[in-house]
Amino acid sequence: MFENIGEIVLLFWRTLMALPLVWRQRRKVMDQFFEIGNASLLMVCVLSFFIGAVIALQTGPVLVERSLSSAVGGVVGISIAKELAPVMMAILIAGRIGSAMAAEIGSMCVYQEVDALRTMNINPIHYLVLPRLVAIAVALPMLVVFAILVGWFGGAVVAEANDHIAIPFKAFFHDLRDIVVTKDVANGVFKSFCFALIIGIVSCHQGLVTIGGPRGIGRSVTKAVVNSIVLIVIFDYILTRILLK
Amino acid sequence: MNKLPNNNSTGVSLQVRGLRKSFDGDEVLKGIDFEVKPGEIFVIMGPSGSGKSVLLKHLIGLEAPDDGEILINGESVHTEDIASKYRMALVFQSGALLNSLTVGENVGLYLTEHRLKEPEEVEKIVSEKLSDVGLKDIENKMPNELSGGMKKRVAIARALVIEPQLILYDEPTSELDPLSSVVVGEEILKLKNRIHVTSLVVSHDRDLAFGIADRIAIILDGNIVTVGTPDEVKNFKDEAVQKFLHAYLKRETE
Repeated sequence: MFENIGEIVLLFWRTLMALPLVWRQRRKVMDQFFEIGNASLLMVCVLSFFIGAVIALQTGPVLVERSLSSAVGGVVGISIAKELAPVMMAILIAGRIGSAMAAEIGSMCVYQEVDALRTMNINPIHYLVLPRLVAIAVALPMLVVFAILVGWFGGAVVAEANDHIAIPFKAFFHDLRDIVVTKDVANGVFKSFCFALIIGIVSCHQGLVTIGGPRGIGRSVTKAVVNSIVLIVIFDYILTRILLK
Repeated sequence: MNKLPNNNSTGVSLQVRGLRKSFDGDEVLKGIDFEVKPGEIFVIMGPSGSGKSVLLKHLIGLEAPDDGEILINGESVHTEDIASKYRMALVFQSGALLNSLTVGENVGLYLTEHRLKEPEEVEKIVSEKLSDVGLKDIENKMPNELSGGMKKRVAIARALVIEPQLILYDEPTSELDPLSSVVVGEEILKLKNRIHVTSLVVSHDRDLAFGIADRIAIILDGNIVTVGTPDEVKNFKDEAVQKFLHAYLKRETE
């Protein structure tokens, strides 16, 4: 991964330079956007509900036992908004969408479709990378907002239903509102925007450097997902440090 | 809306001088020299792995040579404004149609992406170019619904939309049945006669080569060993060339 970091940065820079052309590619951006949304919404819903539920289940009884039941909503709210929703959704999208991007562009490279674009003087960055990067950069933060809300709901359901916690729905959200502020949600959304750029650019880069046949495409897909996840975790730490200041 | 460059319907000349290329120390092109005259069909024949496809990629600018130069009408293909001056198209061995687009979208891609024509005009040009290669009412089909021969002809139609002065064909009859091969060969001839485009065909199909070529070059092991008319090449007294040509004939008669 690290030997290609220069190429990835260069591709990102060239894609940024092509941003003024995004309006011309709006149809492709919308196609990608709906594909990301449609493909991931249900998974996001299930994943975030159970993440919220399990955080409530793990922390709830311990906090209640120590007479800190008013902190349960806040703990679930903060951990989901600032950390779990952006990171888990980014990992999910890297697996679901990043792999699809690498596979699609990779097979276009292997079957000379990208060469065909070049011979028609069509820049593959404008035609393939730009719409995907813009679509994922818009879609992932929106999915994360949705995931945060569903995650909180999951936590609230478990907090009320579990006998060892037994915090009413209303009280859970009241406590959550006391602790979680808009900035916490904004931090999570900002992180997810950065993760989206990482997934988009790493996956498109892996697609564009694909060589060989179907095995090459498989290798590119694996690399795209693994490299995206590694970079997400590293950047999560860096961004958390910056945002905590 | 941009303008489609004026087509003077005249093929261009192509000169290749001392072209060399190595991959990982393995020299694939060992100083290639040849010249293609405006409006002629020039066929490069050679066995698999002789460097034909690599040479083609150099001509269209997909690969950069280690040494040597490629000139179109005397101007290097690596000069910046060459693409705006001369129009070149490559018909890929596989057709290389974009599988996510319909046939019509594939053929009109150059015009729509460069905003050269209004959508209605693009539609008209697409059906015109498709009928030029003998295809009708397939604009809404997807590439995976087409036969190999149809894909090749769609790829030629896509190349024609550019109104090229030079068309390069990479193994245009590979994976085609004999009848489809003849049809593709006829299309190449028709284009030459109708729009006087310069055609460079890379192939190991002897029937195609000797059927359509004005001149033929034989490439063996990264070198051009002979260039001449089909008759001259057939009678060229070189053991390696005769071995290549006869190996093909022998395989055919078997």
